[in-house]
Amino acid sequence: MSIAFVVLALLTLAGAMAAVTLRNLVHCALALAVAFAGLALLFLQLDAQFVGFTQILVYVGAVAILVVFAILLTRGADDGKAGTVFSRTWLAGLGIAAAVFALLGWAVLRSVRGLAQAAGTPAVTVENIGQALMSRYVLPLEIVALLLTAALVGAVIVAMYEKEGAR
Amino acid sequence: MIEKADQIFVLLLHWLVGFLPEAWQHVASVVVCVAVIVAVYPALFAVAVLMERKGLGRMQNRYGPNRVGPFGVLQPVADGIKSLTKEDIVPRNADAAVHFIAPLVLVVAVFMGLAVLPMGRNMVLVEMDASLLFFFAMGASTELSVFMAGWSSRNKYSLLGAMRAVAQMISYEVPLLLSTVGVVMITGSLSLVDIVDAQTRYSWGLAHWNVFKPWGLAGFVMFVIASMAETNRSPFDLPEGESEIIAGYFTEYSGFKFALFFLGEYVGMFSIAGLGTTLFLGGWSSPLAALSWIPSWIWFFAKVELWICFFIWVRGTLPRLRQDQLMNFAWKFLLPMTLVNLLVAAEWRFVEGVWLRWIVGMAIVAGAYVLMGRVGMRRERLGPRSYRYAE
Repeated sequence: MSIAFVVLALLTLAGAMAAVTLRNLVHCALALAVAFAGLALLFLQLDAQFVGFTQILVYVGAVAILVVFAILLTRGADDGKAGTVFSRTWLAGLGIAAAVFALLGWAVLRSVRGLAQAAGTPAVTVENIGQALMSRYVLPLEIVALLLTAALVGAVIVAMYEKEGAR
Repeated sequence: MIEKADQIFVLLLHWLVGFLPEAWQHVASVVVCVAVIVAVYPALFAVAVLMERKGLGRMQNRYGPNRVGPFGVLQPVADGIKSLTKEDIVPRNADAAVHFIAPLVLVVAVFMGLAVLPMGRNMVLVEMDASLLFFFAMGASTELSVFMAGWSSRNKYSLLGAMRAVAQMISYEVPLLLSTVGVVMITGSLSLVDIVDAQTRYSWGLAHWNVFKPWGLAGFVMFVIASMAETNRSPFDLPEGESEIIAGYFTEYSGFKFALFFLGEYVGMFSIAGLGTTLFLGGWSSPLAALSWIPSWIWFFAKVELWICFFIWVRGTLPRLRQDQLMNFAWKFLLPMTLVNLLVAAEWRFVEGVWLRWIVGMAIVAGAYVLMGRVGMRRERLGPRSYRYAE
């Protein structure tokens, strides 16, 4: 475990913690953006440039903005003052989170033990990723594209409906 | 001699870090490079602001700044001192922490983008495999800072400006990215260094710049439009429209924080101009083989300055768009055109024969342009212009 990893992990964890504990919803969204950026830096630390930059481009650049927009357009960002930030079922939530974490950790540990410990990091360039996406993984890519197109069409229809009703 | 002039900054750097022990040299060279970038671009910013004010003054039939120093050339210095000494006012209701962080995030993200631009032969701070992606990732991070600024000010105008800015930047980021994909498809690399290298070839003394090809020309035009929108420049300056919402997302900023926003905006302009130069105008390469003796860094900065002049010219010429025009233009015209342009790039890659691929490529681009323009304009139902108060 290097110092860089510890710093980045702490940054990511702090962002994620702030995202669920802060009172102001917009602050939560911004803290979430910090957590996303921390994750991207962790990817970069693992020499996964493409994934890291895509993480910043998509999550910090688009998803965080969309979250913020959704907060601003649906309800006031300030009316979170009453009550505590903990819900009544926080114990159950904690249990589920711990169970998911344990499962993931178990799977990760097993997979590492199962694989032969290859020496050195594999040099994966963006070109390799592109070739793989366009040849071996072209079917999953197309399916994802279809799914996203369907979601886009659905969003447009949801947005259009009200307009026609008003006419 | 020519070689030395071309590499003067690289040689200077090597000479400078040569004084240090071996172990420190790498760190020292990075620090020196960062310091140079952080110093050079604000200096260019000062020059650009003066140029803009003078140029706009000229276009609007007035003098522009002419009081400080000979012909007003010291105006940027005066502006800098003014912004440093002005009181920093934070509204009482503002979200102080976010209000404070927003300009810093903007400036940092904007400067990060400069790290991957090849500013001359062997003159790039970070040479990485996915530098184009890095640039766009940094560009996308500025949107969040704009939103932070607008939201934390607790001002209706600021929030309106921020919403406009974010909507505009998200909309125009799509054509901006897609217009560069053609370049990546043909070059086969996301590395900006490789993209410039691919363009530094000459046949009949003329450079192989991407802009001299059908897909490159169309991509270049769309890139220029989208980059203007991305940097909130006029005619896409709705987010700060002075006559409607005062200054948009930085209405509540004063003193040095305002200067930081100003700096961020201009350095953003420089970096996007540098990226466009790298992608379409051959980066640091000269247009003619006969002019290759001029140092590469002069070519790069000359092209960037020319690009800035074009921005200023457009700002002095075109009126501001309306919000619906802005969105319609991005989604109904630019986006389909960029997709058609991808087709043209693929055609350029796979069709044999120099003349055939030229003719087919130009035909697709021109046909799509005319068709989409006609269809779009028919829906507009433009009649004779009527003036309500001016007659």
